[in-house]
Amino acid sequence: MAEPILKVRDVNKAFGGVQALAGVSFDLMPGDILGVIGPNGSGKTTLVNAITGFIKIDTGQVIYKGRDLKGMAPHQIADLGLTRTFQVMRPYFSLPAYKNLIVPLFSRRARRTGGWRGGGRMGSRDTVAVDILEEIGFERESYVPYKNASSLPTGYLKRLELARCLALRPEVIICDEVFSGLSMSEMASMVPLMEKLQMEGVTLIMVEHRLRELFRLAGRVLVMNFGSKIAEGTPDEVMENKEVKEAYFGSEEVFSYV
Amino acid sequence: MAREREGMRKERLDRGIKVRSDGVYSISSWREMSFLLAPRLLLILGLLIMPLVLVPAPYWQKVLIIVCIYAFLALGFDFLAHFVGLVSLGGALYIGVGAYVTAFFNVYLGLPIWLCIPLATILGGGLCTLLLWPCLPLRGVYFAIVSLMFPLLSARLIEALDVFGGTDGIMGLDGFSNSWWEMYVLISFMLIALFALRRLVNADMGLIFRGVKDNDQAVKASGISITFYKAVGVFIASSLGCFGGACLAHIYMWAGISQFALDFSIIPIAATVVGGGGTLAGPVIGCLILVPISELLRDFGTLRIAVYALILMGFIVFKSEGLMSFGSRKYNQFEHWVEI
Ligand SMILES: Nc1ncnc2c1ncn2[C@@H]1O[C@H](COP(=O)(O)OP(=O)(O)OP(=O)(O)O)[C@@H](O)[C@H]1O
Ligand SMILES: [Mg+2]
Repeated sequence: MAEPILKVRDVNKAFGGVQALAGVSFDLMPGDILGVIGPNGSGKTTLVNAITGFIKIDTGQVIYKGRDLKGMAPHQIADLGLTRTFQVMRPYFSLPAYKNLIVPLFSRRARRTGGWRGGGRMGSRDTVAVDILEEIGFERESYVPYKNASSLPTGYLKRLELARCLALRPEVIICDEVFSGLSMSEMASMVPLMEKLQMEGVTLIMVEHRLRELFRLAGRVLVMNFGSKIAEGTPDEVMENKEVKEAYFGSEEVFSYV
Repeated sequence: MAREREGMRKERLDRGIKVRSDGVYSISSWREMSFLLAPRLLLILGLLIMPLVLVPAPYWQKVLIIVCIYAFLALGFDFLAHFVGLVSLGGALYIGVGAYVTAFFNVYLGLPIWLCIPLATILGGGLCTLLLWPCLPLRGVYFAIVSLMFPLLSARLIEALDVFGGTDGIMGLDGFSNSWWEMYVLISFMLIALFALRRLVNADMGLIFRGVKDNDQAVKASGISITFYKAVGVFIASSLGCFGGACLAHIYMWAGISQFALDFSIIPIAATVVGGGGTLAGPVIGCLILVPISELLRDFGTLRIAVYALILMGFIVFKSEGLMSFGSRKYNQFEHWVEI
């Protein structure tokens, strides 16, 4: 039995009176895709922030590869290979897309690992950045990597968020709603991208509202409501769960909608 | 409207440059080269010739030196404010620390001037960075307030504890061997600082700084410590200021608490407003304008501040983008005739 790469134990976080996380625990196995779902405000982003050190948790433990992350700063956690995307994308709009990757490629981790894939990659940061973008679907022939971030549609911006993680050659990526706001065609290319990442051995946590696509990808799904985990299991198990249906969806209709 | 010419149309001079430099920077013709070089050469040569032009007016040669010292501070301010996201009012701290550190090495330890100034630049910069380190997580006006407290505090401490010569300051520093050295050391290092900073902000490391300013969350998520890069930014800015302060002390042959004067914190900001923030060259131009004006206004006594304030208000209301941004916009709009 393999060891979980990430163990979250009884994590609590309150913002004033709001209990944003109430005793959340789960394990993440290496190579898995774990889906996290839950209604708006149920604490999903807070969970991501708690794991990646962007907020300090009140009590509980986050253990990554056998190491307690307590007290570690976000950049130190990222340096260990546990990365995340942001729900709200804020790239450098005034810069070409590939220049946005200079920042992660400048980090210590990227220097150690040589960017995403094929360690010891040759060439300047600019070339590595363009390579990474090309690999996740920025068409080089039509100069997409060179376009200003401000002129790119949402689909590319979401990929850019992902690319920022990939530049660190991460072991775990926590994606906070990379599917939301995508058009159908953008989605159609995003799903295979996530599969490709999994094939390459990246472990993924995907916070999503787009359930149909998520359920196709995720091996396990965790359901949040009011800061607590109300269910966990395979997509099928979760869909059948009574509590989930009531708390999250209100009725069964939603499933047919998604 | 210009008259039409047959078979020709008007085109902006920088058009070819813009189109190509999007991907790779390549310049093809002498015309384009000189288009890019002219303003830079104007500033460089203008400043280098200035001491010669001012030979008949030794007083204004001194003013030129003061301009350069303020320019170091203004460069540091602009760099921190627009590329690192820290609004620093620490100019007076940098000048004072630079002056006292160089005085310490020169007078107390007897080291030669050409060693004292670099030492004051590096160690002074390091000292200022250490002092400001705990405040680095502060943002905006909070950082500004704390950075303003330090020079006030330092001056009062030196006074109260009667260390480093107390209110008299440290006297008997070596001067530069002659005033040409003074002027050309300051002018050339100021130009080097200007062009080096302009390079830095466009280099890969500059993108980190800008990231720290615009999107610190993403920088953290990229595995980069924003506190470290803020500290590097403060070190760069304070080293520049300490260099200016050290030179100032050697020019006056004296380091005293008046070198913690708030002018050093305020005028660089005014110069940045006048010259145009975020351009780096702008603040230097701002100093070239404001410092001489403030000298001219000396005759007005206390009214000086009022006139000064009026000028500033004028700039903020009528040309809030600053001279440099305005100038470069206009410069890039120059047109010439080309064959269709
Ligand atoms: N920094 C904060 N300060 C105060 N309250 C917060 C903060 N961040 C989150 N909250 C609160 O915590 C709760 C959980 O928010 P969170 O952003 O984690 O929800 P979410 O599940 O990500 O929602 P969504 O699906 O809309 O992204 C909400 O009630 C929110 O108002
Ligand atoms: Mg969220």
